[in-house]
Amino acid sequence: MAGGNIPGTMIEALGGAAALIASGDPKLIEIIVLSLKVSLSAVFFATLLALPIGAAVAVARFPGRHAVIVLLNALMGLPPVVVGLVVYLLLSRSGPLGEFGLLFTPPAMVVAQTILILPIIAALARQAVEDAWIEYQEQLRSLGVVGVSAALTLLWDIRYSLVTAILAGLGRASAEVGAVMIVGGNIDGVTRVMTTTIALETSKGDLPLALGLGIVLILLVLLLNAAAFIVKEVAQRKYG
Amino acid sequence: MSALLPLRLDGVSFAAGGRPILDNISAEIGAGPNTVILGANGAGKSVLMRLMHGLLVPSAGRIDWSDPDRGRARQLQAMVFQRPVMLRRSARANVTFALQAAGIACAERERRADEALREVGLSHLAGRPARVLSGGEQQRLALARAWALHPEVLFLDEPTASLDPSATREIETIIKAFDASGTKIVMATHNLGQAQRLGDEVLFLHQGRLVERAPVETFFKQPASPEAVAFIKGELPWA
Repeated sequence: MAGGNIPGTMIEALGGAAALIASGDPKLIEIIVLSLKVSLSAVFFATLLALPIGAAVAVARFPGRHAVIVLLNALMGLPPVVVGLVVYLLLSRSGPLGEFGLLFTPPAMVVAQTILILPIIAALARQAVEDAWIEYQEQLRSLGVVGVSAALTLLWDIRYSLVTAILAGLGRASAEVGAVMIVGGNIDGVTRVMTTTIALETSKGDLPLALGLGIVLILLVLLLNAAAFIVKEVAQRKYG
Repeated sequence: MSALLPLRLDGVSFAAGGRPILDNISAEIGAGPNTVILGANGAGKSVLMRLMHGLLVPSAGRIDWSDPDRGRARQLQAMVFQRPVMLRRSARANVTFALQAAGIACAERERRADEALREVGLSHLAGRPARVLSGGEQQRLALARAWALHPEVLFLDEPTASLDPSATREIETIIKAFDASGTKIVMATHNLGQAQRLGDEVLFLHQGRLVERAPVETFFKQPASPEAVAFIKGELPWA
């Protein structure tokens, strides 16, 4: 970890950040790896649940459908601290899921982030599937493809557009601090991730470490987005 | 061979959002002659085709196939739209997808898809992603998809309206092949030349009403209704 001298200016902090990244501090690496593990796991589970939900709401016609769409869209703005609090209550010793002893562990953080980003991916997927459904509906119905098989066909056909929905979820998961702070507890070496470290080090006044982590976080998100963008572009050019 | 035809329309009306589109249409579409549904834009041709194919439900009246089993009736018909909708997969996979949806066994799917692609002259493009094919090629692929299903009845909704003359000729050749293979053709068009080239009988729609029904030659030589006379002369029928 960087020493205790507090750089007086932003430029000094930036220099400190660059040195920190260049040093390859094992502690820093550990924090980065845990952050990625938690957020990518959350994206994986949320995607698994959100795509079928989004596709079902897009294709099915049922009473209260519009209310469900409004609800999904509204839940995109779920405050992370509230999600954290609810998961905390569920997982705490006296809570309904307390017996699993998950509170203050990485799995608890995955659960919280999954709940946080599920509505984001579901709502964006719903919109994308519905747009495709408008275009494909007559052809698919003419071929006798309806219901679940229509939803699956649409999901597969717009797979490259869904990348954007999933990236939005990843962005939210990797950026939030409130939920993982509450259910993870920011325990050094156990549940400390990039955002909670940034919050902690900033309050302690260790700006080089905080800023260094901030820069790493932004670079990682940028890298993942660039990779996804390239995959999407190449595939889209190939398949039209 | 036809268990499906004739198709009976009895007092069929259709309204969308309170606006009447088709008004009290009764007709019997029999096996045999190619039926061309002719009329100006907005006459209700596309809606009539969609009602017959079962994509829309009439607001009033009945539409009955001879085969009372609706599921089987559905399997024995195919429709090709003005703008083909292709899935993001290869040309061949678009055909096998349709066959799979129709419940055809896997080995048979491959065989039929190859045969259909050959029929429309797309064998050399079978592995290409369908969406990067040209408009004319995509429409031929749509016909291959229909061909593979071996339909008894093929609905065509302005199949060449957005194509150039050479692509149009290719499409018309394939439609004639369908006809030769015994498939009943029901085609909507506003193209008089195409109606004469491909049609045997004409159903002439005007503002949602079935104004005239006649063999193609009679219709063009001696149209009975003033609306048809005006339409053939290329005048705006409502002017």
